[in-house]
Amino acid sequence: MSFDAIVIGAGHNGLVCAAYLAKHGQRVLVVESQDRCGGLASQHEFHDGYRCANAQHVSHFPERISKDLNLVKHGFDGAYADIPLTWLNPDADGAHIALVDGHLSGVDAGEQAAYQQYRHLLRRIASMLAPFWLKTVPPIGNNHLSEMMSFAHLGLKMRALGKDDMREFLRIVALPIRDLLDEYFDHPGLKAMLSWDALIGSRQAPRSPNNSLLALLYRMADRSLTSARADSLICALEASARASGVEIRLSKRVERVTIEPRSECLCATGVELADGEHIEAVRVVSSADPKTTLLQLVGGDQLEIEFAGRINRIRDRGLVSKLHLALRTAPTFAGLEAPRGRFILAPMMDSIEWAFDDAKYGRIPQVPVLEVTLPSLADQSLAPAGGQVLSANVLYTPYAQADNWDDMTRQLLLARCLNVLEHYAPGLRDLVIGTELLTPVDLEVRYGVSGGHWHHGDIALDQLIMMRPTYGAAQYRTPISGLFLCGAGSHPGGDLTGIPGHNAAKEILR
Amino acid sequence: MNSAPDFSLERALPTPFHARTQAFNLEGRWSSWNGYLAAEQYFDAELEYFKVRNACGIYDISPMQKYHVSGRDAEAMLNRMVTRDVTKMRVGRVSYVLWCTGAGRLIDDGTIFRLAEDAFMLTCGSPSTAWLKKSAIGFDDLVIKDKSDDLAALSFQGPTSCAALRCMGLDGIEEVRPFEIRRFELGALRFMASRTGFTGDLGYELWVSAEDALALWDALYAAGEDFGIHPFGEVATNMLRLEAGFIMPGAEFNEALKTIRFEHDQTPFELGLDSMVDFKKPHFNGRTALLAESKRGPRVSLTKLDIEGNKPAAGSFIYNSKACRRDVGYVTSGIWSPVVKANIAFAMIESKHISGELWAHINYEKELRHYSKIARCQIKQSPFYAPQHAKLTPPADF
Ligand SMILES: Cc1cc2nc3c(=O)[nH]c(=O)nc-3n(C[C@H](O)[C@H](O)[C@H](O)COP(=O)(O)OP(=O)(O)OC[C@H]3O[C@@H](n4cnc5c(N)ncnc54)[C@H](O)[C@@H]3O)c2cc1C
Repeated sequence: MSFDAIVIGAGHNGLVCAAYLAKHGQRVLVVESQDRCGGLASQHEFHDGYRCANAQHVSHFPERISKDLNLVKHGFDGAYADIPLTWLNPDADGAHIALVDGHLSGVDAGEQAAYQQYRHLLRRIASMLAPFWLKTVPPIGNNHLSEMMSFAHLGLKMRALGKDDMREFLRIVALPIRDLLDEYFDHPGLKAMLSWDALIGSRQAPRSPNNSLLALLYRMADRSLTSARADSLICALEASARASGVEIRLSKRVERVTIEPRSECLCATGVELADGEHIEAVRVVSSADPKTTLLQLVGGDQLEIEFAGRINRIRDRGLVSKLHLALRTAPTFAGLEAPRGRFILAPMMDSIEWAFDDAKYGRIPQVPVLEVTLPSLADQSLAPAGGQVLSANVLYTPYAQADNWDDMTRQLLLARCLNVLEHYAPGLRDLVIGTELLTPVDLEVRYGVSGGHWHHGDIALDQLIMMRPTYGAAQYRTPISGLFLCGAGSHPGGDLTGIPGHNAAKEILR
Repeated sequence: MNSAPDFSLERALPTPFHARTQAFNLEGRWSSWNGYLAAEQYFDAELEYFKVRNACGIYDISPMQKYHVSGRDAEAMLNRMVTRDVTKMRVGRVSYVLWCTGAGRLIDDGTIFRLAEDAFMLTCGSPSTAWLKKSAIGFDDLVIKDKSDDLAALSFQGPTSCAALRCMGLDGIEEVRPFEIRRFELGALRFMASRTGFTGDLGYELWVSAEDALALWDALYAAGEDFGIHPFGEVATNMLRLEAGFIMPGAEFNEALKTIRFEHDQTPFELGLDSMVDFKKPHFNGRTALLAESKRGPRVSLTKLDIEGNKPAAGSFIYNSKACRRDVGYVTSGIWSPVVKANIAFAMIESKHISGELWAHINYEKELRHYSKIARCQIKQSPFYAPQHAKLTPPADF
């Protein structure tokens, strides 16, 4: 029995890719090492009766993929609304700042007006870039006509931007996010809040030059859906894939991609599982990160030396840890009546920078900065009645620790996180009945993602677009004929967007 | 007052044999090879050359780079790196190898010694640590050690070399076949000998730890005295290797990782090394590019030329007619060969012109007067000098 395609990994990108392939009549098998679908966004029980997913929010999922795969019918609750974002004032008497559907509150009229200008500029640029994400970006040199059209299309979009916006785009695209925000705003808390989405996931702090604006623009893509329940997306994707005939085998780890020499090149012929089973397929599509896929599942001896070197060089050391707390009852954040969406616990951009400074030298931050959500508010089933789940992204916690991730370091980080939380929500510490801290090393082990990296590799100018993950593999194809990449390590990058999975399927079906 | 600048880190270092070689180097003609002092010539390059062709000579090759590659993945790692099939090598054998970039451009050539199933020594002319490190990515059970400074080496070449070694006490050296390795112990002195070299003549290379280098030299010199032993340097080496048809980096090709201009390096096919590329191997670095090149044929071809007259043609342009209207190539190395008694050269020539007439435009000088001449070139298929006695096992006795 042979398949048209084997997809490695039932993360959301693997599922998207599998579903598209099956919709086009391919016989598709998905092999997943975990006992459930969702990859980095899968749910697990971290304390008796308390469940949570690592990735929480769907913040820019393309409407087109949702429609193509009938995700709403399969239960996806995506909406056309931003997830509310709140900056918590560390000063107990101070006002919080809230950003709900593009409207700021908690700052003066001047800041509000500045925000509208800032937002409009970024939106115009984001919509210029939007069509670029859902496309394969051709390599440089020797292009076919259709590939040249992709560039031409972007060129046209850029012209449509107008001269002033274009100049502004080129001026700001490589700015440290701090410089840009300093131009527009005064309020330190507002700036900390707005810098967050430019930074999280990559090796970026407010003062880091280059790159962060692109991550922000990527996250502002037009015509996208949001949901506070990543799980609703994962379940819908799984259901859609199965409905299209995709077979999913869980708790099966791929040990290696089998490769055979054929006339002029090496060809992927299937996979070998950890339990020894060998499954054949016309092609293999991997949603595991590029380093895992190419250096472990394929192996250096099957690749060219320069290419293996570039893959090895991918910067994929994660800096985000995940903290889960099982709370007896809902916590009270001082001055916050109805907690919704995401809360930023970082007094100012310098606080973020200081946390990064510690990480640069391989140490956990003295004072971590946090992005907190209470997922059980959107989905009560995640906790026993009355209980609450708190989930936090903790910045910046280097993969390679000066002192290793030993117990003491973990305890210290946990204590520091609780200190921060206690400051904003006095009494919270007493509500805690269970904790789970997932460091980048834990994320690597648990989810099979090299470096435990959010995006399977930094979002940075040298690792983007036709350089993602590196040239020679940036069009979802690899030097091994019949082996494709479809995960977050490919263009355009990570987050719950399904775009790499979609683009890879398009490329395979071309 | 002592204000002399400290150049200690830039200074070329003596090799382990320097204490002996310097006594012969009457004019202090040293060049720097990989940071070591290497003799250009001792006092008369021609004499050194004739010693090798008629008796025996020693060349200090300690500055060569030597790497030990060992571990379960050593064979696979080297096999992916070089263009020949390493899996076919038996323990105790040496193989001449090439390695290329992914684009099929030659990085360097060298030799692989299979010391054990899972242990190899790779030697080459210039440092390759970075490339080896890169080539090791994706292999788990592998150790690469740079032994360049710890291992001294002598190239001992010439028709009487085997006899001299026997006299030195290397029992059984006469049974060692070309490209074979044998280990020897003379009292406390232990070393490895391989029947290899860069002269096309009978010859051996001796590999010894740096501490024992002088003891080896002395033993060899004492035994070699009656066999005409003499040290030789780079100038003589260059004549010898050209006669034997061996290419040299920096002359016939530029190392691909060091060229700046596009395709100012070379491919194995351009260098006529087709037989060193084994497409039966499913994968090695540069295979795809080389396969494509082998189908279309190389753009240029390294060609052996016998040029009329006796004016060495080094640096000359090659034309496809006596009128010299269109240059079709250039000479990469050229000498008057005493043993062949011919004006010989390597030239890189556009492949499509190889079958036609070839003319070298040679510039030369006599006592500060400059002249030029246009000389007819004849293509040679086989090495200029490949004496039968070099291949015999056992070699002739003296
Ligand atoms: C702490 C954290 C919080 C995050 N929060 C958010 C968020 O709120 N919103 C958001 O949009 N994004 C978030 N992200 C990013 C997002 O989770 C990822 O970018 C996204 O999940 C990547 O999806 P993927 O399908 O490409 O890869 P993955 O989700 O990593 O899926 C890859 C799958 O392949 C499987 N696999 C790997 N190797 C093998 C093998 N050998 N055999 C079989 N299966 C294998 C893995 O088990 C996994 O299921 C977060 C990331 C982290 C680390």
